[in-house]
Amino acid sequence: MSTDTKRALLKPIVDDNPVTLHVLGICSALAVTTSLLPSLYMCVALTVVAALSNAAVSAIRHILPSSIRIIVQMTIIASLVIVVDESLKAFAFETSRELSVFVGLIITNCIILGRTESFASKNPVGLSFLDGIGNGLGYSSILILVATTRELLGSGTLLGYTIFPNAADGGWYKPNGMMLLPPSAFFVIGLIIWAVRTWKVEQVEKPDFRIHEVHRTEVM
Amino acid sequence: MPEASPQATARTETVTRTLLVALFVSLVCSSFVASAAIVLKPRQVENAIAEMRRNILQVAGLWAPDADLDELFESIEPRVVELETGAYVEGIDPEAYDPVEASKDPARSIEIPSELDVAKVGRRAKHALVYLVLRDGELSKIILPISGYGLWSTLHGFLALEADANTVADITFYEHGETPGLGDFIVKPAWRELWRGKRAFDDSGSLALSVVKGRVADDDPLADYRVDGVSGATLTGNGVTNIIQYWLGEHGYGPFLAKLQAGAGS
Repeated sequence: MSTDTKRALLKPIVDDNPVTLHVLGICSALAVTTSLLPSLYMCVALTVVAALSNAAVSAIRHILPSSIRIIVQMTIIASLVIVVDESLKAFAFETSRELSVFVGLIITNCIILGRTESFASKNPVGLSFLDGIGNGLGYSSILILVATTRELLGSGTLLGYTIFPNAADGGWYKPNGMMLLPPSAFFVIGLIIWAVRTWKVEQVEKPDFRIHEVHRTEVM
Repeated sequence: MPEASPQATARTETVTRTLLVALFVSLVCSSFVASAAIVLKPRQVENAIAEMRRNILQVAGLWAPDADLDELFESIEPRVVELETGAYVEGIDPEAYDPVEASKDPARSIEIPSELDVAKVGRRAKHALVYLVLRDGELSKIILPISGYGLWSTLHGFLALEADANTVADITFYEHGETPGLGDFIVKPAWRELWRGKRAFDDSGSLALSVVKGRVADDDPLADYRVDGVSGATLTGNGVTNIIQYWLGEHGYGPFLAKLQAGAGS
């Protein structure tokens, strides 16, 4: 594997992660992560859309007039999302009901448009495709972490199998109801970002401005 | 690697070129979406029907995960009922009748008077689709579709009554948007279990079934008609009570159930 392809594929997983570094795609990360199974489907759906939309935008990048480039990218993304959504309804009916509108909302996921605009419109098809996969994997890794935490602490199960026997059914674990509500995903993502930035110090942003004392006599 | 191509940009920026590219992209995308929708449609319809049948079988207590769905469904007979009179309607094919679609058609539906509309249903079809569970040719259970407003969302489900048209066999909600971890107790098996054996109508024939706030006291004289609620989710419980009040009431399945009860008594 050449350095370029390796970088396109692997860099978004930790070093250039769309969720923890760029803080994109948070909406769906809050909404679908109450349990692991729908999150896995969401990850696959997003990765497919990211890879294919990147490839499609890259393929027409030389004929695409810049005045309409965003709307064309949106058209391509929206078409792919509709097809993915319809396929889920046909082949994974139960899960598609749980995911409800959130597959459709991949259209508005900033990760996808962010990649087509910043990467695919300037790079060859193969590399763009890999970049889409890489970013999908980066998003997926965070989504899976959050969903595992939330399902385990919120219901005591993983993929529907009981891990912590529930107090209501005679076990010892009293589920943390807050983990099933959207705000808990904020806390979990926040903790993950904190952990990643403690490990990779270069990801810590420089403060935009610093509060400092100004003496009364100083000229402002 | 990023490429700079100023010449290409200059050539692509004409109006004709822009329109052509827009047209080309739209055509490709729309035919892609349209063909996917057409190819996948039959499977989706099949899934929706199977899902509905699974819900009905579950509430009928006949569901077995490994058995063939169509075979199981043979013991269930869908019938169209005119709600106002409670009589079966023979002119409408139950296989083809869609009450949801009918409730949107002004000719085939009625606006529920607001003082009666405790469950905030709004409009309902004049005819309802009920499912009779037959065992050896005898009526064993009656399955009634119910719907109405909970706390945040419209609940859709089924209520199964025993052949006496009074004793509750099961209740299920297949669609709801109540609070996870609180209001979603309405789909938990343990709560559905509480309904089994409760009675809808008291000895004088008036509707008494309801979900109470908290637990039903052991010495409650109406314990036969009351189901435990969940503290913290009282409003969802009230929603279920309202749904029962409307659908088993005079404006809902009341006349139909009265006919069945009269038949069962004789």
